[in-house]
Amino acid sequence: MRDARRWWGKHGHLFVFLTPALLIYGLFMAYPLVSSLTYSLYEWDGYVRKGFTGLANFATVLTRWPYQERFWGALSHNALFFVLTFAIQTTLGLFVAVLLARKWRGFAFFQAAYFLPHTLSLVVVGFLWRMLLNPTWGAVAQGLRRVGLDGWVQPWLGQSDSALVTIILVNAWAWLGFPILVYLAAVQAIPREFHEAAVVDGASPWQDFRFVTFPLLLPSIAMVTILTFIWDFNAFELVFVMQGASGSPNYATDLLATFFYRTAFGDPTTGGEPGQIGVAAAIGVLMLVIIGIVSAFGVRFTTRSQTEF
Amino acid sequence: MMPRTLRTFALTLAVAFLASALAQTNLTFWSWRTEDVAAYEQFIAAFQAENPDITVSFTPYLNTEYNTILSTALQGGGGPDIVHLRAYGGMESLAQAGLLVRLDGQVAALEGFDPGVLLGATNRADGGVYGVPFALQTVQVLYNIDMFERLGLEEPTTWAELLAVGDALKASGVNAFANGTKDGWTNETLFGAVGPTFYGGTPFFEAITAGETDFTDPRFTAALERMVALRPYLADNYTGIGYTDMQTLFAFEQAGMMAAGSYELGNMASLNPLLRIGSFAVPADDAATPSAISFYVDGSYGINANSPHQEAALRFIEFLASQEYGQMFTDTLQQISAVPGTAPTSEALAGMVEMMNEQGTPYLMLTAFRFGTPSGSTLLQNEMQAVMAGDKDLAEAVVNIQRGVAEWFAPFQ
Repeated sequence: MRDARRWWGKHGHLFVFLTPALLIYGLFMAYPLVSSLTYSLYEWDGYVRKGFTGLANFATVLTRWPYQERFWGALSHNALFFVLTFAIQTTLGLFVAVLLARKWRGFAFFQAAYFLPHTLSLVVVGFLWRMLLNPTWGAVAQGLRRVGLDGWVQPWLGQSDSALVTIILVNAWAWLGFPILVYLAAVQAIPREFHEAAVVDGASPWQDFRFVTFPLLLPSIAMVTILTFIWDFNAFELVFVMQGASGSPNYATDLLATFFYRTAFGDPTTGGEPGQIGVAAAIGVLMLVIIGIVSAFGVRFTTRSQTEF
Repeated sequence: MMPRTLRTFALTLAVAFLASALAQTNLTFWSWRTEDVAAYEQFIAAFQAENPDITVSFTPYLNTEYNTILSTALQGGGGPDIVHLRAYGGMESLAQAGLLVRLDGQVAALEGFDPGVLLGATNRADGGVYGVPFALQTVQVLYNIDMFERLGLEEPTTWAELLAVGDALKASGVNAFANGTKDGWTNETLFGAVGPTFYGGTPFFEAITAGETDFTDPRFTAALERMVALRPYLADNYTGIGYTDMQTLFAFEQAGMMAAGSYELGNMASLNPLLRIGSFAVPADDAATPSAISFYVDGSYGINANSPHQEAALRFIEFLASQEYGQMFTDTLQQISAVPGTAPTSEALAGMVEMMNEQGTPYLMLTAFRFGTPSGSTLLQNEMQAVMAGDKDLAEAVVNIQRGVAEWFAPFQ
C-alpha cells in the first residue's frame, strides 16, 4: 500500500502529462486504426455492416480480378514513386545541400527558394502543374513552341508512359525542400576540424565528401528515406488533383491511396459505383502493414547507425 | 389595465396564429443541385401558393458527398421527407432497402410518363417506380452554328460527310472536335454520341440487357471502331485534354464540334452567351440507315419511407409530376423535363428533344450496366481511354469489358 502510494507520488505526474496526448492519440489515431481493421473483417452493403466474413475482403483484393490487378499495379506505382523520389533527393537534393553549406553569396535566397515549394499545399501544387503542363495553353507547351520546339510538346499527363513519371517529378519539385533542409543542417553540424584534418592529410574535395561528409550524413539520409517511404506510400493528393480518383489514363497513375479512395467512396459522378467499405478497409490495412514493416526495419537500421560527435 | 374586449381580441388572435402554425407542415427536401438553389426556391414558392398549409425547405449538399450523406441519414431512420434521387443503379439500393415509398399507383401522373423514362426510377427487383423523374439528358454532337455558316458547312447526313466536315474545320485552323480523353468519363460521352448509330440503337440495347447477346457482339465492336476512327479529328494532343479544356475549346471557338450531353447548353451559355449551338446525331455510312442518340434520366424525386409527413410529401411529389412543374423546370433550368408534354422554349434544347423522341436510345452503360462493380461505365471509360491513346488493342478492351460486367451481370454468367 505504502509502496503503491510512493510509486504514484514518484511517477504520477507522468500520467498527468501523458493523458492529453494519449487521449488525442487514442481518439484520432488508435481508434480509427483498430476500427478500420475490424471493418475489413466484415461484409458491407453500402454503408451498412453485414455479417463477419473473416479474410474474404483481403482475398478479394489480392486474388479477384480486377481488384488484384489494380492492387499490384498501384503497389508498383507507389514503389516507383518512392524509388525515383529517393534517387532524386539523395543525388540532386544532397548536392544542393552540400553546395548551400558552403555559404556562398546569396545563400539565404537559395535556401528559401529551394524550400518554398515545400510550404505549398500539394493540392495547390497539383492544380498549378496541371495548368502549366496543359498541352494546349499550358506555360510549358507555350514556352517550347515559342523557342521552336513544337515537337517536344506532349500531353505529358495524358500518356500512360509519361504520366506517372511527370507526377513524381512534380512531387519531387514540391518535396525536395525538406531533404535539402535536413541535409543542410546535418552538413553544417559536422565539426570543421574533421574537414581540416582531412585536408591536412591531403584529401581532395571529393575524398573529403566521400570519406568525411557522406558517412556522417548517413543517419540523416536514412531518416529522410524512411519519411520519404512513408510519405510516398501514402501519396494521394497530387494524383487526385491532377488525374482524378481513377488514376487516369487507364490506371497508369493509380496509387494505393487512390485505389483505396475509389473503393471506399465509390464514384457517383463517373462510373456510378457504390462504395465498398469492407474491401477498402482491407486495402487500408494492407497499406498499413506494408508501410509498418518497412518503416520498422528502417528505424532499426537508423538507430544502429546513430553517430555522436 | 387592458380593456376586456381588447384582451379577448388579442387572445383570439394568438390562438388563431398558433392554430395556423400547428396546421403548417414543413417538408424537408435534400438535393445535390447546389447550383439550382434559386430555381428550386422559385418552384417551391409556386407550390406553396397553391398549398398554403405546406412549407418546403430545400437543402442541397455537395454533389460528391451527397450519396454518402443521404444513405447514412436514411439508413439511420432519419433524412429528409423529399429525396432527390440519382437514377438507375444510383437509386436502386435505397429502394431495395425499403427506404423509399413506392409511387406507382399512388401518383396518377406517373402513368403518363414514357416507360423508358420511368426505368430511371424503377427498382428492377419488384418493378416498382420509386421516384418521379425530373430531367433527361441526351448525348449527341453539338456544333457551332456560326462557324459552320462561315465555312459553308452543313449538318452531315453520312459518316463520310461528317469526316469531310471535320477536315474542313481542321483546314480552317481549329479543332474538329473539342473532345479529349484525359478525363476517363468523357470517353463514355464520346461513345454515347458515336456508338448508338453503329450498334443499331434500341434493338441492340434490348438484346444485350436481356442477355441474348453480350459485349463480344460484332455490333458493339463496330461502334467502338467508329469512336477510334475519330481520333484524328479530336483536339490536338487529345490524351492530355480534360473536360474543362474541352468546354473551353468549344465555348471559345477553338473547335467546331463537341460530342457532349445536353447539359452542356447551360454551361456554354454561362461561358460564352453569344455562342449559337446546333446538334445532330452521328450519321451512318449512308443517309438511309437511321442514326441514333443516347438519352438517360438524370434522377428523380422520391419520398422517404420514414417520413412522418407522408400525405403532405405525396402532395408535393404530385406537384413535381405535373405538367405545370415540368414546364417551369425546363424554362428556368434550360434542361429537358421528364414530364411528358413539356416543350422547351430554347431552340437548341427543342432540337435535342425532337431528336430524342425520334432517334433516342437508352444510354447504354449508364442506364443498364451500373448495377454492379466493376460497372460497365468504369470499364468502358478506362479501357477506351487506353485504346484511344493507342496503348491497347480494341479486341483486348472488348474482352475486358465483357469480363468485368460478367463479374456481376447474371445473364452473362
